[in-house]
Amino acid sequence: MILLWYILIPAVAAPVAWLLGRSRPALARWTAVAGTTAPLVILAGQWITKASALQATFAARGPGPAGLVAGSWIADVKATWIGSLGISFFLAADGLTIIMLLLTFALGLLAVLASWRGITKNVGVFHLMILWTVAGLAGVFLSLDLFLFYFFFEMMLIPMYFLIAVWGHEKRVYAAIKFFIFTQVSGLLMLVAIVALVVIHGRETGVYTFDFTQLLGTQMAASTAFILMLGFFFAFAVKLPAWPLHTWLPDAHTEAPTAGSVLLAGVLIKIGAYGMLRFMVPLFPDAVHDFRTVALVLAVIGIIYGAVMAYGQSDMKRLVAYTSVSHMGFVLLGVFAWNTLALQGVILQLVCHALSTGALFIMVGGLQDRIHTRDMGRMGGLWQVAPRMGGTAMFFAMASLGLPGLGNFVAEFLILVGVWQVSHWAAVLGAVGLVFATVYALWMMQRAFQGEETHGWSFADLTKREVGMFGAMIAALVLLGFWPQPLITTARQTVTGLQEMTAASSLAQPRPTAEAGDPAAEAAAAPADDASGATSLADDEGAQQ
Amino acid sequence: MLGLLWLIPALPAAGFLALVLLNRRLDRTAAAWIGAGSVGLSALVALLVCGSFIVSPPAGDAYHQVLWTWMDVAGFAPNIGFYLDAVSVLWVLVITFVGFLIHLYSTEHMEHDEGFTRFFMYLNLFVASMLVLVLADNLLLLYLGWEGVGLCSYLLISFWQKDPQNVYCGRKAFIVTRVGDTALIAGLFLLFTQVHTLEIQPMLAAAQESFVPGSAVAVAAALLILGGAIGKSAQVPLQTWLPDAMAGPSPVSALIHAATMVTAGVYLIARTNVLFTLAPDARLIVAIVGTVTLLLAGFSALVQHDLKRALAYSTISQIGYMFLALGVSGWEAGVFHFMTHAFFKALLFLAAGVIIEALADEHDIFKMGGLRRELPAVFWTFTIGAAALAALPFVTDGFYSKDLIIATSLGSVDGNLWFYAGAIVGAFVTTLYSFRLVWLVFFGERHTEVSRRPRRRQLVPLWILAVLSVVSGLIWMPPWLAGFHPFETFLDTALPPIEFTGEYAHFAESALGALVTISVVVVGIGIAWLLWMPWRRGTHAFSESPAVRPLAAYWLGGWGFDWVYERVFVIPVKWFARVARNDLVDHVVDGIAWLNVAAWRTLSAGQTGRLRAYVAVAGFGIALVLAVVVLR
Repeated sequence: MILLWYILIPAVAAPVAWLLGRSRPALARWTAVAGTTAPLVILAGQWITKASALQATFAARGPGPAGLVAGSWIADVKATWIGSLGISFFLAADGLTIIMLLLTFALGLLAVLASWRGITKNVGVFHLMILWTVAGLAGVFLSLDLFLFYFFFEMMLIPMYFLIAVWGHEKRVYAAIKFFIFTQVSGLLMLVAIVALVVIHGRETGVYTFDFTQLLGTQMAASTAFILMLGFFFAFAVKLPAWPLHTWLPDAHTEAPTAGSVLLAGVLIKIGAYGMLRFMVPLFPDAVHDFRTVALVLAVIGIIYGAVMAYGQSDMKRLVAYTSVSHMGFVLLGVFAWNTLALQGVILQLVCHALSTGALFIMVGGLQDRIHTRDMGRMGGLWQVAPRMGGTAMFFAMASLGLPGLGNFVAEFLILVGVWQVSHWAAVLGAVGLVFATVYALWMMQRAFQGEETHGWSFADLTKREVGMFGAMIAALVLLGFWPQPLITTARQTVTGLQEMTAASSLAQPRPTAEAGDPAAEAAAAPADDASGATSLADDEGAQQ
Repeated sequence: MLGLLWLIPALPAAGFLALVLLNRRLDRTAAAWIGAGSVGLSALVALLVCGSFIVSPPAGDAYHQVLWTWMDVAGFAPNIGFYLDAVSVLWVLVITFVGFLIHLYSTEHMEHDEGFTRFFMYLNLFVASMLVLVLADNLLLLYLGWEGVGLCSYLLISFWQKDPQNVYCGRKAFIVTRVGDTALIAGLFLLFTQVHTLEIQPMLAAAQESFVPGSAVAVAAALLILGGAIGKSAQVPLQTWLPDAMAGPSPVSALIHAATMVTAGVYLIARTNVLFTLAPDARLIVAIVGTVTLLLAGFSALVQHDLKRALAYSTISQIGYMFLALGVSGWEAGVFHFMTHAFFKALLFLAAGVIIEALADEHDIFKMGGLRRELPAVFWTFTIGAAALAALPFVTDGFYSKDLIIATSLGSVDGNLWFYAGAIVGAFVTTLYSFRLVWLVFFGERHTEVSRRPRRRQLVPLWILAVLSVVSGLIWMPPWLAGFHPFETFLDTALPPIEFTGEYAHFAESALGALVTISVVVVGIGIAWLLWMPWRRGTHAFSESPAVRPLAAYWLGGWGFDWVYERVFVIPVKWFARVARNDLVDHVVDGIAWLNVAAWRTLSAGQTGRLRAYVAVAGFGIALVLAVVVLR
């Protein structure tokens, strides 16, 4: 039942914030703080108490629904919702869910804190929207019934739409509509694919259900699976976003208020990665395998294109937005590489990117509150004015370019090592993307913070509230950079489980060795492949017990 | 004692943290104490640890300390762990001691700088990263240090960030070295995939076992590592960032861009020598890169006007010597030259810093002159440094290490006459440019007034380094001179010894071979005297002669590498970023939206409200339908 609270607390706090905010705006802010902190605390408690369950060896009995249900969830809730259609209210959590929920509530809290000064219009409604977005996001990450998942997936768009359209910047209506149409259209494609999948499964077994665990392993023609996979892929690739479906993102991120940008970049686009990991690949592993080359190409283009675009921007917020396109390219690479290294890297990347990019958005928002512009042509030399801000921005710029010692590096390295097992070229080009990341990150620092201050700006350096927020994010990134193990351990069971679900597919087959190396090297290379990698991992854990 | 190993990098890291957290609450004295003090303590601990290592070597001549497991994913479990052997002992001692001297020097050199605390913050972070780099027990942790020093290099080159040009130079350094790092990280992917560990010693052992010598995998691994080394150590073709890196303060040039960071590539190759031993083709490329670099950079150093740029090119050239040594399997010779070079080049840069400071930020050597009497201490120490750089026989450390490299380039099994000729020509050019600087800066007429004189905290490091530049070569004397070579014995515990087994080995090792080197140096000094001794007026006539001028201009610009890179890489990327800044893909989306709007316009244009038009269209439609039905 505890899972229900994660959705209910922010959902109920939302109208409370609105009602209280009508008379006293500060109360709305504090309600929002409580509405995100409370589930965060409960979640942390659950994380700690379930740590041993998460450490346990994945207790699968083979691929398919049976294996999945057996001990792979640390908690679940199931109730019939629309019985006649096989739709249930099915929530469940595993390690990955915990990580995604941590992100959701932590970034929700940061979003509230980041709007403390900047938002003065309709404060109550603003926090209602934030809390509903958070509730919707929590629902997305908890749902295991595909219809319920789709429900939350769409539901959370509405408060986000209003956040952009009402509290956004100059071109907010355009951006909000663009965001809505992109997500809506791609979401509909996914709905069609879901319904088709349910029907195919129903015809075959006589059981019409939206329960993901039962739909796993549905038999169908390869071409059908490919088309259905594409339906899911479109929805998640738009969310992620993957090149060339990314163009809503720069507009939405740029025009949204800081809180909106933080939630968008920190959590909302992560649904794309989460959906691929949780649903798309396990449901259609063979189709994903067939699609792998295309996806890797799109990912690599996204990494480099996003970075070059970021370099070309003069609007600082837009620059940061394009870096997301680049970083999410790594996520796409990792998902399609589908081995333990890459998947762990993907999950770490989701967390670290949320922190580093979220921080950059808060930074730009803070700057805009102070000097009322995001145009870097009107900045320059701000380090002199606000050295603490300059140093902090430098830190997050370094996180963005993947500096070792910060979590982002661990994530990107794991992804690329994993990708190397599948495609040398994709891994190398991904690494080249890091050179381009250096280019935009340093260019941003130069244009905004270095050089001579000529515009006569004078404003206060970071406030205590901001120092607290940034300090926490810096500490988290450094910690993850030197000791990512807590997250890796938490996600381990999920990653193993995902690979077991696809163990029988072509995704898990050892790839034909491409190098014309000597036999010894080839023999040595074999254990690195996905399936055996997973088993050896399980063995390791058995040994640790 | 060895258990204290982790403290060596931890102390400067703690200094960095303290400076970050306390930043504005510190006055200059406190910041200097934390900044220089943490490195000084680190040097003391290094002395204890390395001393006990040398006096009573641990089993296997190496000490391994694991602090914690960095991450553990599917059998990939690199440690945060340190590995101390003869090679890292040498690097640790040089980094901490030269580092401490330079910190001490900086407390005075940077005295009036508004970014005083920030300077020591970066410098401490640099020392910590560099120590992690050389102590790392696995390649991933090494890469962490590797990127960390790259970051500090960027931060310190662009330290005076009000001038956009300095920031540009810093960015250039970071980006160019990161190009090389891409190769290195691909090497990590390859090695991990092949041998399933990145821990250096087990990895090398596994490679030794499973790689066929000369096989594609071995060559690829070695070449990818070489790519990283080329970037960091400013070798051709990624050398272009180092001359520009001189935009940073002089202590930074001394510490990062002469003594330590730029030799990280040498360290990396020496550390992974097993891979290069398995890949003769890669070794050949290392030697070629070294030879080409030492010549190109040597000639460029010959024509510079800016004192620090001349020294920067000489650094590139001297690291070229180290690469040449590594490429002909003279691992120990390369490492030896690293040590002597660290002393005399740090000395030269620190002395240059004093000169530039004394002349109110004047960098042009043609505007210096006559400083012999004004700055006697600097004159003597700089001349000792220049003599060591030129490998003045017997009395400088540069002679012993460079002569060893020259001998190895001919006498080792990988050596040949080409490398030897390159090394000899390079030695000649080195002599020319070293003494060109001495004659032009310290002799002749004075062109600029001396406005500031160095004090104790600057002079003490200069003299200590000068003494080291004289005596440090004596720990490895050539066999024809004396049988004293404890340094070689020490290095033998970690590196393969140099084997003189080539065709010309006998000559290379003999006193006769050394005589060639010695005479080249002596003749070089003489010619430099003829050309640049100011009262001989040879300078002008020579550099203005029609044969020399265009060539000199070409060398001055660094052989046109920047010119080419600008056109091949920078301009196209900038062009694309400008053209596509509104996102080309978005035009497609806008196109779809435009089509919708156009369709709406067209259709709504028909809604005129005029009944006649509606009836006409309706009538036309009915007629059409009827026609289709009837005529079918």
